[in-house]
Amino acid sequence: MTADVAADQSERMAVGFSRVLRQAGLRVPASATINFVESLGRVGINERAAVYWAGRATLVNRPEDLVTYDGCFAAYWDRQGGETLRIEETSPPVTLALDLDDDEDDDGSDDADSDGDVQAIRFSRAEILSEKDFAHCSEEELAELGLLMSELRFTTYRRRSRRQVPVAGRGERADLRRTVRWALRHQGEAMQRAFTDKADRPRRLVLILDVSGSMEPYARALIRFAHAAVVARGRVEVFVLGTRLTRLTKHLTSRDPDAAIRRAFPEVKDWAGGTRLGEGLQEFNNNWGVRGLARGAVVVILSDGWDRGDVGLLSSEMERLHRVTHQLIWVNPLKATPGYAPLAAGMSAALPHLDRFIEGHSYASLRHLAALLSDAATGPASATGSAVGPGVGVPG
Amino acid sequence: MNSDQRQFPDSVAPTSVDDVVLALHRNEYLADEGLATAIFLALTLHRPLFLEGEAGVGKTEVAKVLSRWLGGRLIRLQCYEGIDSSQAVYEWDYARQLLHLRTAEATGAITTATAESVEAELYDPRFLIRRPLLEALSPTEGPPPVLLIDEIDRADDEFEAFLLEALSDYSITIPELGTIKAAQPPIVVLTSNRTRDVHDALKRRCLYHWVEHPTFDREVDIVKLRAPGVADGLARQVAAAVESMRAFGLYKPPGVAESIDWALSLAALGRSEIDERSVAATLGTVLKYREDQDRVTDQGLPELVRQAIGRGAR
Repeated sequence: MTADVAADQSERMAVGFSRVLRQAGLRVPASATINFVESLGRVGINERAAVYWAGRATLVNRPEDLVTYDGCFAAYWDRQGGETLRIEETSPPVTLALDLDDDEDDDGSDDADSDGDVQAIRFSRAEILSEKDFAHCSEEELAELGLLMSELRFTTYRRRSRRQVPVAGRGERADLRRTVRWALRHQGEAMQRAFTDKADRPRRLVLILDVSGSMEPYARALIRFAHAAVVARGRVEVFVLGTRLTRLTKHLTSRDPDAAIRRAFPEVKDWAGGTRLGEGLQEFNNNWGVRGLARGAVVVILSDGWDRGDVGLLSSEMERLHRVTHQLIWVNPLKATPGYAPLAAGMSAALPHLDRFIEGHSYASLRHLAALLSDAATGPASATGSAVGPGVGVPG
Repeated sequence: MNSDQRQFPDSVAPTSVDDVVLALHRNEYLADEGLATAIFLALTLHRPLFLEGEAGVGKTEVAKVLSRWLGGRLIRLQCYEGIDSSQAVYEWDYARQLLHLRTAEATGAITTATAESVEAELYDPRFLIRRPLLEALSPTEGPPPVLLIDEIDRADDEFEAFLLEALSDYSITIPELGTIKAAQPPIVVLTSNRTRDVHDALKRRCLYHWVEHPTFDREVDIVKLRAPGVADGLARQVAAAVESMRAFGLYKPPGVAESIDWALSLAALGRSEIDERSVAATLGTVLKYREDQDRVTDQGLPELVRQAIGRGAR
């Protein structure tokens, strides 16, 4: 075959295969496809292994995608030539009942003449609603709370960075670059000295959401909360934990909460399944947390602490996580229940390794969490060391 | 297209993936087909190679072996938090600049008329401190250098954006001197331990390869190649034991580097076979966490040794 025919073939193959990968959910930008075409030009298209590795080097850039890639490659290569190749549709998009109720919104803006009144009523309603347990909220109420969550402010603990920035006064290091600049204004006389100092940067915030069966009444509201956090500031990571661990950060980055949550849903395959907190945390620690994601970060676990797995494992993984984090916070929706004691095996195993243990059943409590992250940002970190004490006492 | 200035000398560009495998082997690196393909493509398409994987799987070694093979100088940029362009690219030698000004002043060289020329003198290349990136992109004689940007995941994301710019057209602009561009772009290898996600935009510029732990047979070959004094049987047993340790769900599964160290340690103790006592004594060279050592010991060292010997004999 002539070179032109080969080039044409490899181009068609590259474009077609890229499309298959996109259908399967991979992000394949056009530039990657072009790289793939160029690579096929070098390794040829006749050998399965050559094409496979050329595709892996150009079309994939995350190890998580390798399984999908392998599946797609097998399907595409082995059934090549069939123009009608179709990858099985991934599970149909789940429509959420959480969608905002437009009527609610319209009510507020349409009645222009009674604007003040309506607002006042809505305000107090929001106040009542914000205290209400998510488990007792209707769909409409949850939607309204979702709106409120978008307004939450998230600033977190800051830490000293190793990055040097110019400062006005005296700083840690002499800034010779600026000193020389200034000296030039005075014909080389260094009359003023400039300094740099360490910059501040926000600590990473990691949210780990338990979406097991027992957490179902809360999970949707908490995902909404996580979305608000991701959108509000940088350096937030979100994971959900059921029978397995799923990283959700990328799916929540859309500004539109409904779209974000709709995209996130299919990722969570075990929505409302069972929990293995210990194994999930182990996976988190091994693949993400202890390797660096949780180092010096504020990690918030939102879970009721009901674990069907090995409690010893949970305890050791919590200990391991606590060693690398700056703050380890557990938010338990059940904590607000009168007479609650952290007796669930998982919860009592985790308790000794926490910096804070707080409730998270309602909007007000999540607002409190957001505020707590901000307060602590300004206060000394050491003051929070004893925070576990009072909250833990077994009532009655 | 500017293909003419991106051409490598013929001696550098390999002609096939097998070429790469052979050449790397000659230089004491055993690459599997995937890695070899990625390297081949990086060399022929002149793109940076992005290697990600667990610590100790031999990512950094790739840059070193490329430098040995192709003869280009190895220029290493170790990333760390807070690294910025003054440590990665260039910095003016301010102390000498100040000294120069004082000298000019003391000798009465500065007048209103000459002030400008004195200022111009300050931004002379002799006052320039070259950091690794500038060094790699400066025109050189001979084969293009190999630029290793190590552990990019440790640098801040701001620095990534900066790298993206430098790597997209292999040139750096110094306002006072103009644009510096290498006639032959360096061979660029980036490594990451994946402590955080590196931005897609940077990855998109590169060819990507996820480096895995080697298969049993390859690991045996690597150990024999890198630890030539080690007995054949010992190398097989070490590789077998390490392979089963990786399945234990350890905090830090041992990498190839640990296998090599372990084989060398056992050989240094005069062993040509592993046994329970020597394994217990040298466990620290393979497992770097106390919890991991406990776990392996709890699983039973005799069993581990027995299996390793069995596997090694085959």
